[in-house]
Amino acid sequence: MPSHDVLIIGAGLAGQRAALAAAQTGASVGVVSKVHPVRSHSVAAAGGINAALNPEDTWESHAFDTVKGSDFLGDQDAIEIMCREAPEEILWLEHAGVTFHRDDAGHLGTRAFGGASAARTYYVADITGQAILHVLYEQLLKHHEQLDRYEEWFTVDLLQDDDGHCTGAICRNLRDGHLEVFNAKAVILASGGAGQVYQPTTNGLIVTGDGIAQAYRIGARLQDMEMVQYHPTTLAGNGLLITEGARGEGAWLLNAEGERFMERYAPNKLELASRDVVSRAEQTEINEGRGFPDGTVALDITKVPRRRTLEALREIVNIGRDYAGVDITREPIHIRPGNHYIMGGVKTDTHGQTNVPGLYAAGEVACVSVHGANRLGANSLLDTLVFGRRAGEHAALNRARHTTMPLTRPARVEDTERYISSIIRREPGGRRIAAIKEELGEIMNRYVAVFRDAEGLATAHETIRRLKEEAAKAAVDDRGAVFNQDVIAAIELGYMLEVAESTIVAAEARKESRVAQYRLDFPDRNDGEWLKHIDLSRRCSTSS
Amino acid sequence: MAQTHRSVAPLLDIELIELDRAACCGAGVIAEHNSVLDAILKVKADTDGSIGVRCSCQQGICGSCGVRMNGKPGLACNTHLDEAARRGAGTGWNPPDEGQQQETVVTVEPMGNMPVIRDLIVDMDAVHWRKIHRVTPWLINKEPIPEREYIVPHDNMVDVTQTMACIQCGACVSDCLSMEVDPEFIGPAALSKAYRFVGDPRDAEHHERLKDLSEDEHGIYDCTHCFNCIDACPKGVDPMSQIMRLRRVAGSDFDIEDRNNGHRHERAFVKNIRKNGLLHEADLLPDSYGGKLDPHALPELLGSLPTIATALARRKITPKTALLHTHKAPKEVKALFDEVDGRETRNELNLYVTGYEDDPVHPPHTDEPTPLEPPGPTEAKDDRSEQTVGAADREPPAETSAPTVGAEDVPRAGAEDQEPPTSEEQE
Ligand SMILES: Cc1cc2nc3c(=O)[nH]c(=O)nc-3n(C[C@H](O)[C@H](O)[C@H](O)COP(=O)(O)OP(=O)(O)OC[C@H]3O[C@@H](n4cnc5c(N)ncnc54)[C@H](O)[C@@H]3O)c2cc1C
Ligand code: SF4
Ligand code: SF4
Ligand code: FES
Repeated sequence: MPSHDVLIIGAGLAGQRAALAAAQTGASVGVVSKVHPVRSHSVAAAGGINAALNPEDTWESHAFDTVKGSDFLGDQDAIEIMCREAPEEILWLEHAGVTFHRDDAGHLGTRAFGGASAARTYYVADITGQAILHVLYEQLLKHHEQLDRYEEWFTVDLLQDDDGHCTGAICRNLRDGHLEVFNAKAVILASGGAGQVYQPTTNGLIVTGDGIAQAYRIGARLQDMEMVQYHPTTLAGNGLLITEGARGEGAWLLNAEGERFMERYAPNKLELASRDVVSRAEQTEINEGRGFPDGTVALDITKVPRRRTLEALREIVNIGRDYAGVDITREPIHIRPGNHYIMGGVKTDTHGQTNVPGLYAAGEVACVSVHGANRLGANSLLDTLVFGRRAGEHAALNRARHTTMPLTRPARVEDTERYISSIIRREPGGRRIAAIKEELGEIMNRYVAVFRDAEGLATAHETIRRLKEEAAKAAVDDRGAVFNQDVIAAIELGYMLEVAESTIVAAEARKESRVAQYRLDFPDRNDGEWLKHIDLSRRCSTSS
Repeated sequence: MAQTHRSVAPLLDIELIELDRAACCGAGVIAEHNSVLDAILKVKADTDGSIGVRCSCQQGICGSCGVRMNGKPGLACNTHLDEAARRGAGTGWNPPDEGQQQETVVTVEPMGNMPVIRDLIVDMDAVHWRKIHRVTPWLINKEPIPEREYIVPHDNMVDVTQTMACIQCGACVSDCLSMEVDPEFIGPAALSKAYRFVGDPRDAEHHERLKDLSEDEHGIYDCTHCFNCIDACPKGVDPMSQIMRLRRVAGSDFDIEDRNNGHRHERAFVKNIRKNGLLHEADLLPDSYGGKLDPHALPELLGSLPTIATALARRKITPKTALLHTHKAPKEVKALFDEVDGRETRNELNLYVTGYEDDPVHPPHTDEPTPLEPPGPTEAKDDRSEQTVGAADREPPAETSAPTVGAEDVPRAGAEDQEPPTSEEQE
C-alpha cells in the first residue's frame, strides 16, 4: 500500500506544478495519472499564458481585465492573488527551461490576446501548453527521488474516514488491472475538465470530469457549474481548436457574404472581443442565414504575413492541412463555436482547500473562482500553475505536517473491486457506451450551449436521467485485466453524466444571462438577484 | 463501410470499401479527412470495445497514438485513411508507382522496437522513456540564475523549439535501424531531447553532455543515417539532423574526439580540397587519422592496403598520382573557403521555420497537397538568418492599446455601468 504525505491525482500542469511545490517542502509526494503525464490535455493549450511582467504593465490592470471578463462573477481576492503572482510564475518557468518566445533584444516577448488591455501573453510558438508540460515533466524526472510517479494508473474512488476526512484514493493499474489503496495525509485533485460531456469539443478523449464527480460523491461542493465556455474558433467537423493566437496575430472573421461581421458586434475590439461575444456573434450569423451551408463562418488567416504564420501558428497550419485540407496561409478556413472549457468545478479557497478536510483541488477541475462567468484566453494555464503551486505548498506545509498517516481498512478495496467486476460481468445486450456518450454530447450541445432556455434545459435533464439508466447497463466487451479500456470507459461515462446533470441543474437555477450562461428566456443580467455563485452538493442544491 | 477484423492479434486490418466516396467512417464524415484513428475508434465504438489503443487529443499533439500503418510508423490520428492506403500493404516506405492500383486495406500494427503490451499498446517505458532518462533530460542552469529571465537570442529559442516540438510519440524509435541492431542505442527521440539542452544557451553543461554522448558507444556516433526517423516524425523534429548537429557541435566547438573519426575525416577532406581543388585520395586517408605520422594512421593504412591494391590494379590511381598530386586549387575554390571561414558564426540549418515572405503566391486551393513539410536535408542549403523572420514581422499586428475590455462589448444594456463589486458581495 503506497503512502505519501501528499497524493496528487492528475499530472497536467496543475498536478505537476503541485507535485513540484510539495516536493520542494520536503514532503513525500505521489502523482497518479491515468495517462502518461505528457499526454495530459494541458499539452493542447496553444495560445499562451498571461502575466503582467512587462514594466509598463501592472497586475492591477490584469486583475481588472479578469474581473471584467468574468462579468464580475469571479472572486476578486482570488483574482488578485493570481495576477500578483503571475510574473513570478513566468520567471520560475523560464528558469526551469521553458523556451518562451524572445524579442529582438533576447527578452521575453508577448502577443495580444482577447479581452486583455495590454499584450501580456507569453508563449512558445503555438505549443505553449506542450512546452510547459514537457518542461515540468523534465523537472519531475529531475526530482525523481522525492516524487513517485504512477503513470497509467486510474483513480476510481476517493477515500474518506469516519470523520469525513479525505485519506487517499483507490487506483487501478491499467497495465495489469490490479487495485491499490493509496494512503495520503492530503489529496490534491488535479484531474482536469470535462469537455467530453459535449460534442463537439476541443478537449481530448481523456477529459471526462472524473475528479468533479469523485469529489461530489464524497460530499465536496461544486460551484459555477453552469458556466461552460464555448470557443469561437473550432474547426468545422471535428471541433479542433484554432488558437485565439490566430486572431491575436490579426486574422479576420468573415461571414458567407465576405463581411467582417465583428464590426457590427464589437466595433472596438473586433475579433479580439471576449470569447462569448464572438461565439454568440458567430452563432447569430449562422442562425440568421449568413453562414456557410456547413453551419460555419470563415476565419481568414491570410491577413497575417505568411512567414509570421509559419513561425507562430505552425500547429494551426498543420491542423488546417491535416484535418480540413486547407492551407491557412492562402485561404480562409471554416470554423464555428465549440465547447472548450468549464469555469466551474470543485469549490476551493485560495489555498486549494475544498470543504472536505484533506481534499484539495487545483486546475480546471477546481473553481476558485478566478474565471467567474467567462475565462479570458491564456488565464487558464496561469490558474493551473499558480493555484497548483499554492495547493501543493499548503497541503504539504499546513496539512501533511500536522496529520498522521491514515490507514484504510482493506475491506474498502473490496467494495471497489466488486463495483468493477460488476461492470465486467454485465449481461450482454445493453446499449453501447459510445452511443450513449454521443447522445449525451449532442443533447448538451443543443440545449446547454451558447443559448439556453427553460424548456431546452428540461428536455436535456430528462434525457440525462434516461442515459444514466442506460449507462448502468451499457455493454462491455472486454473481460480482461490488461489495459481494459472498456471498463474505464464505462466508469468515465458515469462521471460524465454526473457532471452534465450538475451543469443542467445550475443552468436551470440561474434565471439571468451572464456571459457563458445566456438564457433566451431571461436575456438580461440581473445583478440584484444573481450576482452570486451557485453551489451544488450531493444532498441538496443551494445558492451561497 | 469500414470493415475490420482482428486477424492475428495484435493486428488490425481496416478495409476501405468505396474509397473514392469514402463513407468509411460513419455518418457525415469524408474519408480524405478521416484518420486511421477515426476508423479504429469507429470499430471500437460499434463492434469491439476491447481493441486496445492509446489516444486522447485526436490532433497530433498528445503523442499517444503512435502505430504502424501499412508498415510505416506514424500517428493514427493525423494519418488520413486514403494516405495510409496509398502506401500499399507491405510496401513499407515506398509509395506505389504511378498508375498502380491503390490498396484498399490499411493494416495497423503496434510500433516496432518496443515490446507489445496489448494490441496497439507498446511498452514505451521499457524503451523510449528509459532512453529519455539516459540523456539527463532537464536543464542544468547556468549560474548565476538571473533575477529576471535569461537573455537569449530570439533565433536560439526558435532553434531549440524545434526539438521542444517533439511529442514523445515514439514513431522514430519504432523504425530506427540502428536500434534494431543495437537495442542499447540511445536513439533518435532521446538524442533530439539532448540537443534541446545542448542548443539551449541557459544550460551549463554542454561540454559534459556532448562528451558523455560521444564516448558512449551507443551514443551519437551509433546512428547510421538511415533517415527513417526523419520520415517517421510527425512533428518535423528531424531527429537525424539533430544528431548530426550534436556531432558538429561536439567536434567543432568542443574538440571532442569522434568515435568513428568522422569529424577528422571531414576536416581532412576540407583541407584536401582547399589545397588541391580536386580530391587527392592518397592524402585523405592518413590525414583523416591525424596525418601520415600519426600512430593512429598506420594500422588504418595497413587495413586499407587491399583497397589501395585494388585501386592500383584497376588504374583508378597510379603510383605517381598517389604520391605526387600536382593539381592546385583554383582561385575560386580558395575564395569560397575564405568566405566561409570569414564568417563569425557557423550557420546551422534550422528546419523548424519554413517558407519565405517572398514566396510566390499560389492560386487559392488546388487539389495538390501543398508541400508544407520542412525541406528534406538534401535541399538544405539556406542559412538560418534567411529563414527566421525579421523584427518587423514579429510584432503582433493586432491593436493592443484599446483600453476597453470584453464586458463593454457585450451587446446588453447596463454592462458598462456596473462598478466591480467586492468579493464579499458576491458570496
Ligand atoms: C485545445 C485547448 C487549447 C487551450 N489553450 C489554452 C491557452 O492557450 N491558454 C490557457 O491559459 N489555457 C488554454 N486552454 C485551457 C487549459 O489548457 C486547461 O484548462 C488546462 O491545461 C487544464 O490543466 P489541468 O492541469 O487542470 O488538467 P489536464 O491537463 O487536463 O490534466 C488532467 C490530468 O488528470 C489526470 N486524470 C484525469 N482523470 C483521472 C483519473 N480518474 N485517474 C487518474 N488520473 C486522472 C489526467 O491523466 C491528466 O494527467 C486550452 C484548452 C484546450 C482544450
Ligand atoms: S537516422 Fe539514425 S537515429 Fe534516425 S532512424 Fe536511422 S539510425 Fe536511427
Ligand atoms: S522525434 Fe518525432 S517521431 Fe520521434 S518521438 Fe519526437 S515527435 Fe515522435
Ligand atoms: S491522439 Fe493525440 S497524438 Fe494522436
